[in-house]
Amino acid sequence: MATTISTLARRPALRERSRQAAESLRRAPLIPLAIILIVIFTAIFAPLLTPHSTTQPSLADRLTPPVWQEGGTWEHPLGTDALGRDLATRLMYGGRVSMMVAIFTLAIGGGIGTAIGLVSGYFGGRIDAVFMRSADSTLAFPIILFAILLVVAVGPNLANVVIAVALVLWARYARVIRGEVLALRERDFIARARVSGCSHLRILLFHLFPNTVNTLLVLLTLQVGWVIIVEASLSFLGAGIPPPTPAWGSMVSEGREYVDTAWWVSAIPGIAIMLTVVAFNLFGDWLRDTLDPKLRQV
Amino acid sequence: MQRYIVMRVGQSIIALIILSMIIFALGRFTGDPIILLLPQEASLETELALRAHYGLDQPWPIQYWKFISNAVQFDFGDSIKSKRPVMDLIGPKVMNSVRLGLAGMVITLIIGIPLGVLAAVKRDTFFDGGAKLIAILGQSLPQFWVGIMLIQFFTVQLDLLPAAGTGGISHYVMPAFTLGWWVAAAVMRLLRSSMLDALDGEYIKMARIKGLPEYKIVWKHTFKNALIPVLTFAGTYLATFITGAILVETVFAWPGLGRLVYDSIIWRDFPVLQTLVLMIAVVVISVNLAVDIAYAYIDPRIRYD
Repeated sequence: MATTISTLARRPALRERSRQAAESLRRAPLIPLAIILIVIFTAIFAPLLTPHSTTQPSLADRLTPPVWQEGGTWEHPLGTDALGRDLATRLMYGGRVSMMVAIFTLAIGGGIGTAIGLVSGYFGGRIDAVFMRSADSTLAFPIILFAILLVVAVGPNLANVVIAVALVLWARYARVIRGEVLALRERDFIARARVSGCSHLRILLFHLFPNTVNTLLVLLTLQVGWVIIVEASLSFLGAGIPPPTPAWGSMVSEGREYVDTAWWVSAIPGIAIMLTVVAFNLFGDWLRDTLDPKLRQV
Repeated sequence: MQRYIVMRVGQSIIALIILSMIIFALGRFTGDPIILLLPQEASLETELALRAHYGLDQPWPIQYWKFISNAVQFDFGDSIKSKRPVMDLIGPKVMNSVRLGLAGMVITLIIGIPLGVLAAVKRDTFFDGGAKLIAILGQSLPQFWVGIMLIQFFTVQLDLLPAAGTGGISHYVMPAFTLGWWVAAAVMRLLRSSMLDALDGEYIKMARIKGLPEYKIVWKHTFKNALIPVLTFAGTYLATFITGAILVETVFAWPGLGRLVYDSIIWRDFPVLQTLVLMIAVVVISVNLAVDIAYAYIDPRIRYD
């Protein structure tokens, strides 16, 4: 009898929940998702998708307009730059740089930030004060300036761009995760874990951390766009991945001189940045509303 | 209160010292400026003499101490590229950056505040959607690219506005817009959500019951309260403005400090670079300190614990 009642009571709740899940999936932002998948796909399979080289100049083809303009050819659907390099090809390989910087930076910065947030929120006191003050100082400092300094000081390459951006990125994770932990640590299950003899490390890793994963996922997605913009700004200023490796920011920069004769050289990589960033932001918004609506302010 | 201020000032000074050490240490990594400076066939003696001239042969702690003790006397040494005192390079450019910054802030306020209020008051309408679109674009468009596209359109196509440099009002239009729009998007988003919160308040219901006209409710009762959370981020906006100024001044060849940051990086001119970063740090830290102290006065709940 008792089982019948409990199953009866559970059934509508379950149905309600799966209905909600279906509903939120139906609302999934398909176009942004498609853009994200295209960027990732072309970045991974770039060598198979294009016959052109990213670095080999071909002066005969220089400043060929995109295919829809007069003089454009299907050989170079998005046109070529001042050295005759295929823009579509460089765009795909540039996507690689952006994606790699995003993945590594978020893994390192997000990882360190999360660890600090967990420790800071769980232990509180002096450690918390020092970490949070450092986080606030980091957040209030003009990020690009710091990254430029670091990248130029130790030399511009992928690893240094990643380190520079990660050094700034940790602060936001530390702040948000700490906030989560502050609320979580007052909950009964943490006290019970402590009573049953769990070590602090175990509580941090197996009791607190899993409860912050939703927040973390949302934050990671929402920050991909930000990292792409920072990386592009750095390479625009000549403090990012050095040429001739294509990066979206330096491609925009290279087109600057031809703004009066060949608009596409600057415009097209910029559009790529915009679409990718918008796509990640919209996807992140959706993920937040689905997983963790209380993050609205982040 | 006094304790809070003392602690907060102390923290700012510590932050500044740590920052100056980081800047200095990084400066040592930027590569050897002597190599850029010397002709290829220079002898070892010339090189050593030059090193001694710039104090680059001293141990780092001594170089650092010299840097700081000179800095408090506004002596930042000579630029390695132009061989003139750093302050001579920076001095004339300060006002250019300040002017552009103010123009950018005006644009931010003109765009951000009305749109933020409108989006909240006309929630879920066409205006809200439009404001949201602008906010999304503001966060997603790289500033440097917007600048180049504006040049492409207004200078190359329409021949309406100058593409670079300073001069009359027309020189301000594109750089100030590019600079201000970015922050405007952030201000707008924040203002919209804090307006929505404030509009939910009991005192707003009371004002409605009293029969106050809607414009008074919006601007006098709601807007003033909604502005507080927005002002909290003044320090963050300043950081964003400075970041933006480096990019915008580079795009529009604006003879300001941002452009100087860019040039000094290209030339590995570390006396200039470390001075600029230190100056910016002082400004940023002071503004944040002022905002925090002002807050402690306004809101008695804020105390140092």
